[in-house]
Amino acid sequence: MSIIEFTNLSVSFDTPDGAVKAVKDVSFRIDRGECLGVVGESGAGKSQTFLAAMGLLANNGRTSGSVRFGGRELLGLTPKEANRVRGAELAMIFQDPLTALTPHLTVAQQMAEVLSTHRGTRGADAERICLEWLERVQIAEAKRRLRQYPHELSGGMRQRVMIAMAMLCSPKLLIADEPTTALDATVQAEILDLMARLQAEENTAIALITHDMGVVARMCDRVEVMRLGAFVESGNVEDIFHAPQHDYTKMLLDSMPRLDQAKPQASPEVMSAGAILKVRDLKVNFPIKLDRGLFGRAAMLRAVDGVSFDLAPGETLGIVGESGGGKSTLARAVLRLLPETHGSVTWLGKELTMLEGKALTKERRNLQIVFQDPLASLNPRMTISASIAEPLRTFQPTLTSRERKIKVAEMMERVGLDQRMINRYPHELSGGQNQRVGIARAMINRPMLVICDEAVSALDVSIQSQIIELLKELQADMGLSMLFISHDLSVVRDISHRIMVLYLGQVVELAGRDALYSAPEHPYTRMLISAAPIPDPRVERTRNRIRIPGELSSPLEPAAALRFLPSRRGQPDYRPRLQEVRPGHWVAEHDPLEAILAARASSGMPRAAVD
Amino acid sequence: MPGSIRRYGTEMVHRTEQSERIIEALAEGEAIRGRSLWEDAKRRFFRNNAAIGALICLGLVVLFTVVGPLFSQWSIEEIDWARMGNIAGEGHPSIESGHYFGLDGLGRDLYARTIQATRTSLIVGVIGAFVAVVIGTLYGAFAGFVGGWVDNVMMRIVDVLISIPYMFIIILLMVMFERSFFMLFVGIGIVSWLDMSRIVRGQTLSLKNREFVEAATTAGVGRFTIILRHIVPNLLGIVVVYATLLVPLMILVESFISFLGLGVQEPNTSLGALISEGAGTVIYGTPWQIACPIFFFLVTIISLFFVGDGLRDALDPKDR
Amino acid sequence: MTAYIMRRILVAVPTLVILIVLCFFLMQVAPGGPFTSERPLPPQVLANIEARYGLDQPLWKQMWDYLAGIVTRFDFGPSFAYRDRDVNDIIAQGFPVTLTYGLISFVIATLAGMGVGVVAAIRHNTWLDYIAVGATFSAQALPNFVMAPILVIVFTWQLGWLPGGGWNGGQWQYLVMPVIALSTSYVASITRITRSSMLETLNSSFIRTARAKGLPEHKVIWRHAMKPAMLPVVSYLGPTFVAMITGSVVIDVYFSTGGIGRAYVDSALNRDYAVMLGVTILYGGLTVLFNLLVDVAYAWLDPKIRY
Repeated sequence: MSIIEFTNLSVSFDTPDGAVKAVKDVSFRIDRGECLGVVGESGAGKSQTFLAAMGLLANNGRTSGSVRFGGRELLGLTPKEANRVRGAELAMIFQDPLTALTPHLTVAQQMAEVLSTHRGTRGADAERICLEWLERVQIAEAKRRLRQYPHELSGGMRQRVMIAMAMLCSPKLLIADEPTTALDATVQAEILDLMARLQAEENTAIALITHDMGVVARMCDRVEVMRLGAFVESGNVEDIFHAPQHDYTKMLLDSMPRLDQAKPQASPEVMSAGAILKVRDLKVNFPIKLDRGLFGRAAMLRAVDGVSFDLAPGETLGIVGESGGGKSTLARAVLRLLPETHGSVTWLGKELTMLEGKALTKERRNLQIVFQDPLASLNPRMTISASIAEPLRTFQPTLTSRERKIKVAEMMERVGLDQRMINRYPHELSGGQNQRVGIARAMINRPMLVICDEAVSALDVSIQSQIIELLKELQADMGLSMLFISHDLSVVRDISHRIMVLYLGQVVELAGRDALYSAPEHPYTRMLISAAPIPDPRVERTRNRIRIPGELSSPLEPAAALRFLPSRRGQPDYRPRLQEVRPGHWVAEHDPLEAILAARASSGMPRAAVD
Repeated sequence: MPGSIRRYGTEMVHRTEQSERIIEALAEGEAIRGRSLWEDAKRRFFRNNAAIGALICLGLVVLFTVVGPLFSQWSIEEIDWARMGNIAGEGHPSIESGHYFGLDGLGRDLYARTIQATRTSLIVGVIGAFVAVVIGTLYGAFAGFVGGWVDNVMMRIVDVLISIPYMFIIILLMVMFERSFFMLFVGIGIVSWLDMSRIVRGQTLSLKNREFVEAATTAGVGRFTIILRHIVPNLLGIVVVYATLLVPLMILVESFISFLGLGVQEPNTSLGALISEGAGTVIYGTPWQIACPIFFFLVTIISLFFVGDGLRDALDPKDR
Repeated sequence: MTAYIMRRILVAVPTLVILIVLCFFLMQVAPGGPFTSERPLPPQVLANIEARYGLDQPLWKQMWDYLAGIVTRFDFGPSFAYRDRDVNDIIAQGFPVTLTYGLISFVIATLAGMGVGVVAAIRHNTWLDYIAVGATFSAQALPNFVMAPILVIVFTWQLGWLPGGGWNGGQWQYLVMPVIALSTSYVASITRITRSSMLETLNSSFIRTARAKGLPEHKVIWRHAMKPAMLPVVSYLGPTFVAMITGSVVIDVYFSTGGIGRAYVDSALNRDYAVMLGVTILYGGLTVLFNLLVDVAYAWLDPKIRY
C-alpha cells in the first residue's frame, strides 16, 4: 500500500534568464515501511523533488503535477494546511547537521516545540518524551544534552538530535536528504544503523536521497536513479545493482570504487631502491583558544603527533583517516607550507626542515600538491593557462613565452583539457575541468612527488573515477611518487601501493594495500573498513561489522588519544608505539577489542555497546 | 629517474608534428577570450540601470563644476552692491541679472558659490576617501598578512580607536591647527581608515589561507610576488567598493563640520556651509539660498550611494 | 559569559584612559595657549593665571591631576573662557536636555528601523518591500543638518504647527522636530541592515528545519529567525550611537535647545579647550559604556559567544 504518490511532478525555478526546469515529469510511489533510495549526482533534482512535496521550495519555485500523501494532495496547500502535515506525518532531515539546528535554542526547546505544535503536549510531559527519544537515538548523557546548545554537540550527535526531532510524532514518511554525507565514515555507519532500526521499529517509510551507491546498497529496498531532473531507471535494489538496464546506472556503478575489489594498479612494481622521502617523528601543534577564565586559555592541539614513514620512488602511499586525523596538516608539513613543525623530513637525502629561501625553492620544483576544492585552488583572477604556467616561470625562467605556451598546451592536452580554453577563467569551467587544471599545474615541471590532498572528494563519482584514472596514467608516464590523502577508503585502495591509517595525528596502521584490507589488525582500521559501505547489496548486507560506539566531542580530550589503549588511561602523555607484526605491516599498540568495548561501557558511554 | 628520461627522449621525436598541431590549436584558442571576473563585474554593473543613471548624474555634477565657471558672471567674493539692499525682492535666480541661482545673504552670487561649494565637497570626499583607503588598506593588509601577535596588537589598537567619537577629534584638530583645507583632509582621512582596515584585514586573512596561495608557494613563487600577483588583485574588488562608499561618507562629515561653521573658511565655502547659511536666512523669504545647495548635496550623495551599491553588487565576492 | 563581560570591561578601561591621554596631549601640542590673545598680557599676570590653572606644573603632573580629577571626583576642571564657571557646570546645564531627546531618538530609530526592516524582509519582493527599500535608500542621504532646516521650513514656516526652536522644559512640541531630524537617516540604515540580515537568516538551513517541523510562520520568525537576524543590527548600534551623539551637536545648535552641543561649538570657536576636552571625554565615556552594553546584548543573542 503506498503512502505517498508522485504523479508527473515538475519543478521549475524562475530566474532572470528564464525558467529553469529542475524536476521533469517525475512519477513514483513509496510504500508503507519501505526504504526508497533516490540516487543521482549533483544537480539531478533529487532534493527539489522532495522539497516540493514538503512545500519548502524557494520562493521562485513553481510546481505542477500531483503529490498525494495519505489521500491528500500536498501541492498547493496553504502554509497552514501544510503545517498540519509536516513535522507530524511527514518529516525531513537534512545534509548538514552543523547548520540545520537553530543556534540559540537548546535541544529541549527545539524538540519540545514539535510536540506542542502537533500534539499540544507541553512542560514536563513533553520533556519526558524528548528525553525518551534522545535515548532511543543513543545519545550519550541524554539528560545533559537536553540543556545544551547545538554548537556544544558533535556533528554526529546533532544528526541524532535531528532524527529524534523528526521521529517525535512517529511520522509515516521520513525524508532523509543526504543525511550522512557530511559525517565521518564510522559516524555514518552508526547513523545508518539507527535509521534502519527506527524504520523497523516504527514502521516508518524512508526516502533516502543520496549520491552514494554504497549507502543505497546497505539501506534501500527499492531504488530510483535520477539524472538531470528525470528518473532514468527504477527497480528493486537487487535488480538495479546486478542487472542495471540504463547506461547511466551502469556508468554510476562502474565508477564507484569498491573496497572489496581494487582495480589493478597502473604500475604494480615499485622500485624498492631506497626511499626518496623519509619522514621521522613529525609533529605539528596548533594553539587552540579556549574560553575559560578571565583571559582565556590556550591548549595545544596535536594535529600531527609523531608520524614516521618512507616513500619509495614511483610509489603511491595512501593516507586515510577521519576528520581531525591530521591528514592535510601532514601534507602541508611535508611540503613546508606550515610555519612551525618538529621532527625531520628528508628529501633525496636533504633535510627539508633545515632549508630556507633559494635552497628550499629549488626543491619545491619536485614537490607538488593537488588540492581538494578545485575552484579554491586556482586564483580567480588568472586565466587557467597563467595558473598552469606559474611553476614554469619560476623553475624554468629561461623559456621564452612561446615555448612556455606550447608546454602549457601540451600539458593541457595531456590532462584532457581542450587547448582552446587557454584564455578561460576558473569560474567558466566545471569542477572536474578545474581539477584537471590543478593537476596540470602540479605536473608541468615533471615533479618527483605529488601530494593529492582529498583531490577527488569534491567531485561527482563519474568525474572522480576519470580523475583517478588520469592520475594513475600520469604516474605511470612520469614515474612519480604520490601521497594520496582521502577519507574514502575505497578510493585509496584503488590507487595506492601501501596505506597508512591516521587517528588523531598518529599512525595506527601501515601496510600494503591488500594486506590492510584483507587482514587489518588495529581496531580503528577494522572499524573504518567495516563502516565503509560497499556498493553491492548482497555483500553489504551480509558483512560483519565492528563498532566501537561513542563519538568524541573533541580531539582535545585527554582520553581521545588513548581511545584504543584504555589500559594506559592513567598516563595521558603515553603514545602507543608502532610494532611490525609481519614484514612491512606495522600496527600501533592497542588493547584487545573486548577490553576497549568494556572500557567504553564502564566510562558512561551509551548502552549501544551491548546492542 | 632513468625511466622518465627515456620516455622524455621518445617524446622528442614526435615533438615537431605535435607542436605544429598545438600551435594551430593555440592560435584558435587566442581567438576565444575568457571572461575575467572584472569583465563579469563590468557587465553586471552596466546592466544595473539605477547605477548607470546615478553614474550619469554624478558625471553631470562633475561636469557642472568644471564647465560651470565659464558661464559665471561673478566671482565668489564679489558683492552685487546694486541688489544687496533688497535680496528677497531682487536677489532671486534670474538669467538677466546674471545670478542664475540668485544671491546669498550678503549679496554674493550663489551660482559661483554653489559651484565652488560642490567642488570643495567632491574634492574633500575623494581625497578624504583616498587617504582613508590608502592608510586602511596598508594597515589592514599588513596586519592580515603578517598575522600572529602583530595582527593582534594592531587590531586591538583599531578596536580602541573605533570607540572614540571621532567627529570631536576632527573638530579639536580643526580648532587647534587653523581651519585649513589640508587639516580637513588629514583629520577626516585619519579617522576614517579604521573600518577599511578591518575589512581589508579580514579579506587578507582569508585570502592568505586560500589554497591558490599555497599552490603558488609550492610553485616557488616568492612572498612579494605572491602578494602582488595573488593577494592584491583579489583585494582590489572590495577596496574599490568601499572606497566608493567612503566618498559620500566623507562628504557628509565635511558638510557636517562646515554646517557648524568649523570647516573651510570664508570666502571659500562648501555645501554644508551653504546649507547652514540658507537655513539661517530662509525666514527672510529667500528659499533659493537653501534649495540650491540642498539640491546639489542630495544629487551628489544619492548618486554616489547608488554607484557604490551597484559596484558592490557587481564586485562583491559574496554573490559567487 | 561573566568572564566574557569581564574581559570586555578590561578592554573598555584602557580605551577610556587612552582617549583622555590623547585629548590631553592634543591640547598640549596645539599652537598658542588658551590665553594667547591679540593684546599680550603682562608676564606677571600670565604667570598668575597659569599658576591658577596649574599650567606651570610639569606636563605629567598636569596630566595626572586632570585624570585623577575625572576619575575620583568626576571633575573636568575649570573653563578657560568663563572665569566663573567650570566645565562641570556647563555639562550639568546642557547634558540633560541633549540626553533626553537623544535617547528618545535612539530608541525610535532602533525600534522603527528594526520593525520596518523585519516587515520588509518577511514581505520580500512585495510593494511594501519595494517602498521600504526605495524610501530608506533616499533617506540615508538626509543627515540631520539637511533634515533640520527642511523640517523647520515645512512645519514652522509653511504649516505653523511646531515651534522652530527652543526647549521649554521638554514639552512634546519642542521635541518632535529634533527627534525626527536626528533619527531619520539612522532609521534608514538600521532598516536596511535589518532587512538584509533577516533575508539572509530566512534563507538559512535551520529556518528550513523549523518549517519542516510544521511550525506556524510567526513562530518560525519570532523564535527561530529573530535573534540570529539581530546580531548584525546590534553590532551596528554602537556606531549609530556615536553618530547620534555627534549629530546632537547640530540639533543643539540649530534648534537652540540649550543642549550641550551649543556650549561645545561656542567653546570650539573660543578655543576653550577645557570645555572641548570635557565634552569629548564625556561622550567618549558614554560610547565606551554603550559598547559594553552592546557586547552584553551580543552575548545574550549568541550562545556561541567566545573571545
